Amino acid sequence: MRTILLRNAMGFLTTVLLGGFLAATLVRLAPGFDVDESQLDPRLGVSSVEYLRQGRQAHRNIVAFYMRYWRKALHGDLGESQMYSRPVSELIRERAWTTVRIAGMGLAAAWVISLGLAIVVCKSRKRTVDVGTMFTAGTLLSVPAAAIGLLTVMVEGSAAIAIALIVSPRLYRYCRNLLACAYELPHILAARARGISETRILLFHALPSCGRSLLALGGVSVSIAIGAAIPVEALCNLSGIGQLAWQSALARDLPLLVTITILVTVTTLAANSCAEIVSEALHLPQS
Amino acid sequence: MKLLRKLAWIILLTVAALSAMASVLSTSGYATQFREETSAAPSRQHWLGTDELGRDRFARLLYGTRISLGLAPVAALLATALAAAIGGGAGYLGGRWQRGMTVMIDLFLCLPWLFLLVIARAMLPLNVSPMVSVLVTFGLLGALGWAGPARVVAASVAALRDSECVLQARAVGTTEWRILLRHIFPRLLPILSAQFLILVPVFVLSEANLGMLGLGVAEPLPSWGSLLREMESLYGLTSAPWRLVPLGLLMLVVNSLQLVMGDEETSA
Repeated sequence: MRTILLRNAMGFLTTVLLGGFLAATLVRLAPGFDVDESQLDPRLGVSSVEYLRQGRQAHRNIVAFYMRYWRKALHGDLGESQMYSRPVSELIRERAWTTVRIAGMGLAAAWVISLGLAIVVCKSRKRTVDVGTMFTAGTLLSVPAAAIGLLTVMVEGSAAIAIALIVSPRLYRYCRNLLACAYELPHILAARARGISETRILLFHALPSCGRSLLALGGVSVSIAIGAAIPVEALCNLSGIGQLAWQSALARDLPLLVTITILVTVTTLAANSCAEIVSEALHLPQS
Repeated sequence: MKLLRKLAWIILLTVAALSAMASVLSTSGYATQFREETSAAPSRQHWLGTDELGRDRFARLLYGTRISLGLAPVAALLATALAAAIGGGAGYLGGRWQRGMTVMIDLFLCLPWLFLLVIARAMLPLNVSPMVSVLVTFGLLGALGWAGPARVVAASVAALRDSECVLQARAVGTTEWRILLRHIFPRLLPILSAQFLILVPVFVLSEANLGMLGLGVAEPLPSWGSLLREMESLYGLTSAPWRLVPLGLLMLVVNSLQLVMGDEETSA
């Protein structure tokens, strides 16, 4: 257990540091990084333009910028957004709840729908139900996430529903395949032959057999939900982290973009690490 | 299922053929404006009506399909080639090379795909000519999409590296390059073709998502992403349902690709 915790912590730290550096490097190397639209404002004097230019110059050396960024971040200062001229921490705090709420609700709904459907399909063992649900999942998978967001707005649905519709077909396919494999295991076939109730088989045999994979899928689903939040928030005009990521990318707002990348990396890695640690703690069998 | 797969192939080939004949089938170009007929409903002259700028939607759909359906496989090919080179190299060399590549892959895969795409696309020039925007969009998809397939390729090559045929080839003094090209690469082809087919629908959808967020192919060139962007001005599904035709076609093509992909995955 200690080895797993240590390995997760090391992997976590390395990936977060590298992810942030990669984002910072991308922005720094982007064409037009040195250009600030406000420098073209005819109302500004020479000294003001020079001040703005020097502000940008401070970000020229990417290693120095990144070191400075972490030194300040460790003291709770995440820098100031160039686009909003406000502290990044303030912007993140204001918008985080919207994303947590819609992504959380959407993710919960997606899990209920996909796991529920997978259980029904695997228990019923009817080919028509299986083909029907797989076809529906395939159809939903072939619609771009952004289009699902827009269609949900058109029918006056909530953003959480849009996220559930984007995430659930992906989850359903995995859940169905995992459960179908679990129901084929010899000890489950034997339990069925002995006449043990379906509910007991599901709760005490099928679900624990694929529990490790389901937990891993739980970790991955957080990343899918965050990815889905970007187009949904951007097109539904919701002030969340997804919309902020889109806007900061368009405006090449270095401090904001680096912080959001680190935040997203931390969230997805934390979800994956939690899934692995819980699997170990519960002593779930290897799928 | 065999019948469905045959149907999927027919749909894909028909759509590809129709888009290839865009200049013959459409009465106007994708950028030709009919200024007295803006936002017109479908008619004999304009089968899918016209957009806000008076451009024929049917012509734009055909040309857009040609761009999206023609370039997504090219981007998938680039990503598969990168995966073969990076994953194959790391898997064959093993040790710290493979560990280093695993860290790189983890870094790419820990960020949500769309988030990574949005950030990387926004870093590249946005105000460029339509042709350059097409190259940038699909080039980016190809350049960023290698991570997942590379992991599969690395694992397969690592297994092949220690296989009996490779050990025997090495024992008779075959050069490493020859082993890679004559013994390992042919055995990787089914895996690479499956990975390629998995990537094509992913890239078609990614381009559509980027286009809808305003980060895809630039106007006036059409693509599925820019065509779907028109949905933003819809006030309800019943107000102008013909505007949903591009979405319907996209769904049909991606579903067909998924069916074909299932076939390839089974055979791989």
